[in-house]
Amino acid sequence: MQEVGKRIRKKDAMALVTGQPVYTDDLAPKECLIVKVLRSPHANALVEEVNKTIALKVPGIEAIYTWEDVPKERFAQAGQTYPEWSPYDRLILDQHVRFVGDPVAIVAGEDEACVDRALKMLKVKYKVLPAVLDYHEAKDNDILVHPEDSWKSMYPVGADNKRNLCAHMEEEKGDVEGTFEDCDIVLDRTFHVPAVNQTMMETFRTACYLDMYGRLVVLSSTQIVFHLRRILGRALGIPNSQIRVIKPRIGGGFGAKQTAVSEIYPAFVTWMTKKPSKMIYSRYESQIAGSPRHEMDVRVRLGADNDGKIRVIDVYNLSNTGAYGDHGPTTAGLTGHKSIPLYTGNMEAFRHTFDVVYTNQLATGAYRGYGATQGIFALESVVNELSGILNRDPIELRLQNILKQGMHMPAYFDEIAESCRLDECLVRAAEMIGWKDKFPYKDMGNGKVRSVGIAMAMQGSCISFVDVGSATVMLNEDGSYKLSISAADMGTGCDTILAQMAADVLNVSTDEIFVSGADTDTSPYDSGSYASSTTYITGQAVVKACTELTKRICKLAATMMECEEEDVELDGHVVRNVKTGQSVTTGEVGFKAQCFNDFALQVTESHTSPVSPPPYMAGAVEIELDKATGHVEVLDYAAVVDCGTVVNPNLATVQVEGGLGQGIGMALYENIQYNAKGQMLNNSFMQYKIPTRRDYGPLRVEFRPSFEPTGPFGVKSIGEVVINTPAPAIAHAVYNATGCWHRSLPITSEKIAMSLLDGE
Amino acid sequence: MIISIMLNGKKVVDDISPDMTLFNFLRNHGCYSVKCGCETTNCGLCTVFLDDKPVLSCAILAARVDGHKVETMEGLQEEAEEFGRFIADQGAEQCGFCNPGMIMNAIALFRENAHPTGEEIKQYLAGNLCRCSGYEGQLRGIHAFIEYRENGGAACRK
Repeated sequence: MQEVGKRIRKKDAMALVTGQPVYTDDLAPKECLIVKVLRSPHANALVEEVNKTIALKVPGIEAIYTWEDVPKERFAQAGQTYPEWSPYDRLILDQHVRFVGDPVAIVAGEDEACVDRALKMLKVKYKVLPAVLDYHEAKDNDILVHPEDSWKSMYPVGADNKRNLCAHMEEEKGDVEGTFEDCDIVLDRTFHVPAVNQTMMETFRTACYLDMYGRLVVLSSTQIVFHLRRILGRALGIPNSQIRVIKPRIGGGFGAKQTAVSEIYPAFVTWMTKKPSKMIYSRYESQIAGSPRHEMDVRVRLGADNDGKIRVIDVYNLSNTGAYGDHGPTTAGLTGHKSIPLYTGNMEAFRHTFDVVYTNQLATGAYRGYGATQGIFALESVVNELSGILNRDPIELRLQNILKQGMHMPAYFDEIAESCRLDECLVRAAEMIGWKDKFPYKDMGNGKVRSVGIAMAMQGSCISFVDVGSATVMLNEDGSYKLSISAADMGTGCDTILAQMAADVLNVSTDEIFVSGADTDTSPYDSGSYASSTTYITGQAVVKACTELTKRICKLAATMMECEEEDVELDGHVVRNVKTGQSVTTGEVGFKAQCFNDFALQVTESHTSPVSPPPYMAGAVEIELDKATGHVEVLDYAAVVDCGTVVNPNLATVQVEGGLGQGIGMALYENIQYNAKGQMLNNSFMQYKIPTRRDYGPLRVEFRPSFEPTGPFGVKSIGEVVINTPAPAIAHAVYNATGCWHRSLPITSEKIAMSLLDGE
Repeated sequence: MIISIMLNGKKVVDDISPDMTLFNFLRNHGCYSVKCGCETTNCGLCTVFLDDKPVLSCAILAARVDGHKVETMEGLQEEAEEFGRFIADQGAEQCGFCNPGMIMNAIALFRENAHPTGEEIKQYLAGNLCRCSGYEGQLRGIHAFIEYRENGGAACRK
């Protein structure tokens, strides 16, 4: 049965389209405490006193906690494998509040109304401190975001809280400066990417209750059930064995839910009061106290020869991690690591250096693309600029320098590109957009210009030497199978595509495999769904488990048929003796497993990988730009992706389209801004605009699948790479229309209009 | 205050606080398909029918619907399923959180205009945000559904 490659409906699809109650707040205990937090109005302050006398008198209030009531061990909220690269710089509540929105007190009460009243009656005395609000001035500033001695870095990432440094790292290969000196052209450009929010439609939310053993059950909208269990254990100071984390359906994550944003407060309330509780973030809270993309300056120095050879690339990024260091060191690493290798073709030397600094702004986190997005915007823009300077077609220039199948990638941990059709993606994307006819622009004669732009991208398929995926597969007595995982389907469809892989190995239909997860009590360990790793890593665990289960089914069947194990084979629903033709059904084998049997028909396998094969893509855009207003209309977007084998073309296509939509929003208008006091201005969907269905033209997607030898069925990944091309492609198209480079996102109509005025 | 409404064909009488939104009222009465994504009337997730017209339940006081008819997806399961299959066949439901609001509004569109153009669809559903799908798969599903109906598939009930 060929299930991999089929357009199969998502297993949960009909429940979702008919509005079934399958999300956290639908499943939360009906009579539970409502948990909210009082948030600091100051960017940097010490809480001198919280007077809760009056607030506690509000009828229905159960408890109010302040910094004095919580454990004093610091932890990281980032969902990463231990030891986390993110520093341990958080407490459940801290006397020192470090951004506008940092929690000061936790209030729990029987309904929202009483909690809201109590929040208003809390009297807090702050000692307001000067704040670091410009990340360019953060490093070695006299004002320290984390002056405390209990701050701890778990991994040597060059962090130093006494310098406001969350990380500093350097990587260099070859003679960088010598090569620059020898190059005909050196471009040195600095780019700016602001923080942008994931804005998944379901905000952060968690419900908690105790089970019959008095253990803490955490029902949460999370991508990381096992990391979350560990984080909560450390934060609450209780053993992990006392915690169970369950993920129901998730209303989108995009990395936001790779951080324990909402879980700690209701978990603390339930652990203290022994009563069920829930915390549902408002959109306002998700905006001001979520976990957005790291704001960065990315400086690219690129050295090339007049003949177009790109010989050396030097990337430096300054990343603003905000008040806490969640995902700070790791995101900054990807900025170089997942951009520079695109130009491996003629590369002689490269360097990547970064600083990640603390400021008194919203802590940042993981967002699809994870630092690569910022680096690719910068590097692809520089390469497009180089093509203009050299008067070369940007497609041709790329093909001269591009990473190709079989190349050794010095800038990518010395891995070999075993599966790479990036060059074909590029050529096809250009063809789809009509590059030959449309490049660079066409004046429409009515004040509008049509132009095209191009960019390439890469990502990874896991965190090599780190990520662990696991799968448990079991034969049921009716011949169906249970697949148990703790990778987190957050709408991406991983439950379904992993079942497709299992079905393919077991030679049954995907419908005959039901998927269960994610639940730390019942699912095998998995790092969780992030770093584009689920298809590649957990998928391989599924294949391993199903392969081993097949052997075990055959062995038990051979016993039943009193023949040699080598003589039987599993053929879908029957196990057949190939010599005699005798057979038993898998259902009969399943029943046998339950009667006078000591041979389990249940297998758990784990998988990890020393390599992280990059998926690749090319994106080409056509825009129409109004020279009077600067308005940009995205007329058409062509994307061609090499994600290895496409497991489910429907789901892969929608992944691409969704990522492009987010990338277009980021390129043109999404932007987190603060006022002089450090208060966020874009704190609702009124001010933070994401694309609607009227905001761009067709997104056209094709695949050029390579075959990745280390991936199950030849797969790589698709989740993240798809967000990376819109910003550089649109910046390129805007340049082709106006002659102005925009190096700071978002490229708003206002910026374009002003640049046209400046030009005149 | 006491209000009485026809909710999904059944009379519901309740004593509510005057500042309760219709959204909270509906969730309190088991209509869990109704979601909230923004609180500022920007996302369309809380769309329900008030006297057969789509409205944003987060922006309407429950007190205002006293004596009126309200329908949520719980009361439109057949239509939701009939149309939802076409979204599912594209994989465009994705996380699903925006689906009830979008599908309610799409049903309203089909009732008003059985043969909408691509532009009319985009305009009618512009207030229904989705962060997963990039909207293209939803549009493909809608077109497939319209084609199915034009080829004799069951029509949406009025």
